[in-house]
Amino acid sequence: MSGGFDSWIDIGALEDIPSAGARVVKTAQGCVAVFRTANDQVFALDDRCPHKGGPLSEGIVHGTAVTCPLHAWVFSLETGQAQGADAGTVATYPVRVADGRILLDGRRLARRVAA
Amino acid sequence: MMPQAPKAGNLVVIGAGMASGRMLEHLFETAPDAWNVTLFNAEPRGNYNRLMLSPVLSGEKTYEQIVTHDAGWYAAHGVDCRFGEAVVKIDRANRVVYSNQGGAPYDKLVIATGSAPFIIPVPGKDLKGVVTYRDLEDTNAMIAAARPGATAVVIGGGLLGLEAAAGMAARGASVTVIHLMGHLMERQLDPSAGYLLQKDLERRGITVHCHGATKAILGKTHVEAVLLEDGTVYPADLVCMAVGIRPETRIATDAHLEVERGILVNDRMQTSDPAIFALGECVQFENQLFGLVAPLYDQAKVLAATLAGQVAAFRPVQTATRLKVTGVELFSAGDFAEGPGREDIVFRDPGRGVYKRLVIEGDRLLGAVMYGDTADGAWFFSQIKDGTDISGHRDTLIFGPAFQGGSQADPLAAVAALPPEAEICGCNGVCKGKIIAAIQDGAVTLDAVRAQTKASSSCGTCTGLVEQVMALTLGEGFRTNANPPVCQCTQHSHDDVRRLIRAGGLKSIPAVMQELGWKTAGGCATCRPALNYYLLADWPLEYRDDRQSRFVNERNHANIQKDGTYSVVPRMWGGVTTPAELRAIADAADRYNVPMVKVTGGQRIDLLGVKKEDLPAIWADLNAAGMVSGHAYSKGLRTVKTCVGSEFCRFGTQDSTGLGIKLEKLLWGSWTPAKVKLGVSGCPRNCAEATCKDIGVVCVDSGFEISVAGAAGMEVKQTEPLCKVATETEAMEVIAAFIQLYRENARYLHRIYKWVAKVGLDWVRAQMADPANRKALYDRFLVSQQVYQSDPWAEHAAADQRGKWAALADLTLEAAE
Ligand code: SRM
Ligand SMILES: Cc1cc2nc3c(=O)[nH]c(=O)nc-3n(C[C@H](O)[C@H](O)[C@H](O)COP(=O)(O)OP(=O)(O)OC[C@H]3O[C@@H](n4cnc5c(N)ncnc54)[C@H](O)[C@@H]3O)c2cc1C
Ligand code: SF4
Ligand code: FES
Repeated sequence: MSGGFDSWIDIGALEDIPSAGARVVKTAQGCVAVFRTANDQVFALDDRCPHKGGPLSEGIVHGTAVTCPLHAWVFSLETGQAQGADAGTVATYPVRVADGRILLDGRRLARRVAA
Repeated sequence: MMPQAPKAGNLVVIGAGMASGRMLEHLFETAPDAWNVTLFNAEPRGNYNRLMLSPVLSGEKTYEQIVTHDAGWYAAHGVDCRFGEAVVKIDRANRVVYSNQGGAPYDKLVIATGSAPFIIPVPGKDLKGVVTYRDLEDTNAMIAAARPGATAVVIGGGLLGLEAAAGMAARGASVTVIHLMGHLMERQLDPSAGYLLQKDLERRGITVHCHGATKAILGKTHVEAVLLEDGTVYPADLVCMAVGIRPETRIATDAHLEVERGILVNDRMQTSDPAIFALGECVQFENQLFGLVAPLYDQAKVLAATLAGQVAAFRPVQTATRLKVTGVELFSAGDFAEGPGREDIVFRDPGRGVYKRLVIEGDRLLGAVMYGDTADGAWFFSQIKDGTDISGHRDTLIFGPAFQGGSQADPLAAVAALPPEAEICGCNGVCKGKIIAAIQDGAVTLDAVRAQTKASSSCGTCTGLVEQVMALTLGEGFRTNANPPVCQCTQHSHDDVRRLIRAGGLKSIPAVMQELGWKTAGGCATCRPALNYYLLADWPLEYRDDRQSRFVNERNHANIQKDGTYSVVPRMWGGVTTPAELRAIADAADRYNVPMVKVTGGQRIDLLGVKKEDLPAIWADLNAAGMVSGHAYSKGLRTVKTCVGSEFCRFGTQDSTGLGIKLEKLLWGSWTPAKVKLGVSGCPRNCAEATCKDIGVVCVDSGFEISVAGAAGMEVKQTEPLCKVATETEAMEVIAAFIQLYRENARYLHRIYKWVAKVGLDWVRAQMADPANRKALYDRFLVSQQVYQSDPWAEHAAADQRGKWAALADLTLEAAE
């Protein structure tokens, strides 16, 4: 992916993700979890819990938060910050929905590769 | 008479609807003599208020009352009316439009053709008696069909569909609404408000079927019934399809104007041809379509100004929705989706059926959904539109402009809302009214209430509710010893939630959250799995399992491992296998590179380290060899361990292996509050370790000793005797009935030994000792098994389901560039 102007990548239809659920997108550097909330808002985060690497895409989605399936840390989907007593951050990626299609910002993915 | 000013030219308008009607009003006000107007309309009449078709349908208004422009109005403004003439062609080169009855030349052309209802392409869609809901003809067809005693089906539970349903129901027809999504009006309402709306409609006798996909419309020449994908059939004398609309763009497309989903226009309502304008539902502006009149009226103003030679620009504004069904109070405005930096304020009053939710971002109100009490809707809407800074009154915002002192959510509201006949004590069948009567007769302590009514005197699970009824009746003076709440989303304990679900007949997660005053909009990872379990246990036939409210293992039908892979454990009935099964397991292990194959402590084989995307394939392979999911992941039946028993063992008294297999085949697939494990030993030497299981059977010469409530995990505890029976059949009935008692009464995540410690073994024994009660429990267990005893592996391994287990997209190549 170039760092060009039109860097939004179509990764699928909103309907492909269950409401209050998630699916993953594979990248060369690991998986990105794409979440859909009960109100059809979409978020993208690294699919790796900073605690012990749990796949966040498999957690229960409630409001705009997800509970990690392995040891129940809770993360804000908006900021990637762990909530409550736990400390840790998950990287987030720009993602948007247009005409029912989910678009992920390829520039940010590319930057992650470079980093 | 004023002398006529010279006319500027011919203005032809296609479509006499809401948008063009308003545009002409403005145009005749600002430039009365600028144009010779010719108005085509496919409908054989002029402009009427389309919104008001619903009151016409329900009988609250007549067609004459909703006409906006009558013949006199058109004559006064010199409009050449060509009603009943659909325009079929635009000749842009010569600037002429044609209907079947001739042409009309234009200098400027306005396309205002509105939209066309979407027809779902199912068999039977063309039968007589299938209508849409768009114009007076549709309305009259529904009025004619909606006689008392007639049946009607409305496909689509959005704004239009529900107005059609309510209108026909008001005329006495029995109406069913079929809606594809999980709740009504999902584009305007969140699940809680959708639940309240459904309840209101059901109270009017309208049947609502959510998650309903129409498969076919049945009938020979005229509709007779509607068939759904799930096999349900609803009889129907009339079917109204209200599943959505599509901009009516056909003549524009044929004329090679730029058209995407709608006719493309700029902010002056001009199409790609400078001489042609468009407005209304047929247009697309900056990627947006329009389906409500408010923005169309703005377009009308802009286009009238443009045609009068003035400068104006269209800017879409926020819209608010109300449903025009008399007696239904519903309002939604703005953007109420959750999103980055957004916060919710939720207010629920279960007693009045009120739900309000505000969505706030920073200091601004973004959206509002309200049900039951919409008096403040306009006030919220203006704050949304104006972007008012709400930081000063944020804490009290939800109480509206008339806010006086602010009321705290009332912890007793859910119990207060229960009707007197609601059952509080399940063991002794005591209703709320009876408890109140006893208190009013002087029973002011819990013991006195117990003595007089028997409420809370058996298993004690309803004690919290009885105390709340006392607090409500006695007022301030009475203190409750509330159990800890389920989680931070509610003040109710598990026991209260279970009892209130039954007492209130609550059958969905949004219903529970609304009626019990949940403090959050969508719950959390603690309450959602518990609610999902309680609902499926109490209403096996009505409730639909919510997969997204399950922990990963149950959602994916496999145990997640520390590295994100899964373990796969097929059932091995009673611990017995065959060479063919072992071969199939070995082949699967080879084929999917399973890093470890292990014999479990539960007498079966675990394939550890399987990748998620391989799960459906490995399941299909194991299914093909006759194996099903072992539910090694579930709050449900795990294993039934057996010993070899009388068939082989020199000490065996009964066929313990055979009974274990029969038990496992009876019980598998059932969901329980926590996992359930059984053991069946053939003699008191107890080689199957039956006496440290949730349920243990020890065979003796004279029959079967059944004991319960053992543990061998974090606690180790021997089972306690439940009863002794003579035959296998009795043993199976007792055990299934006991599991059903546990399913109906325990709190989520309590193993059997914890639950028995709480309610007391004596209470359990008494329940089981009554043969009629035992049989009723057993029968209820079998009903639930009809729904839940199916192999989840087979379901998810089906070809059309497999895609869901793989990644949504693979960008490994893109990102590597
Ligand atoms: C596979 C197995 C170990 C083995 O290799 O033998 C096993 C593996 C796990 N056990 Fe177990 N238990 C296994 C037999 C047992 C037994 C022995 C038995 O069933 O006879 C016990 C003690 C008996 C009992 O349940 O009381 C047992 C008591 C537990 C406990 C403690 C339960 C308790 O209430 O105290 C947990 C934790 C829990 O459930 O919260 C647990 C939880 C687990 C979990 C599910 C941990 C987890 O949440 O991820 C392990 C999953 C591993 C995996 O991915 O498959 N496992 N576990 C056994 C599977 C049996 C089967 O065929 O289904
Ligand atoms: C039952 C009902 C209830 C509604 N309730 C509400 C509500 O409560 N609130 C709200 O905001 N909106 C409501 N709406 C939506 C609202 O009515 C529409 O947004 C509005 O009518 C659209 O205006 P329009 O001028 O674009 O199209 P229309 O009003 O549909 O007018 C288009 C006209 O063009 C004619 N036409 C089409 N093709 C041709 C052709 N080729 N030649 C000649 N004529 C043609 C059609 O016959 C039609 O008369 C409701 C709609 C319906 C059907
Ligand atoms: S329980 Fe007793 S009879 Fe049964 S297998 Fe074990 S030793 Fe044999
Ligand atoms: S790995 Fe996510 S909480 Fe432990």
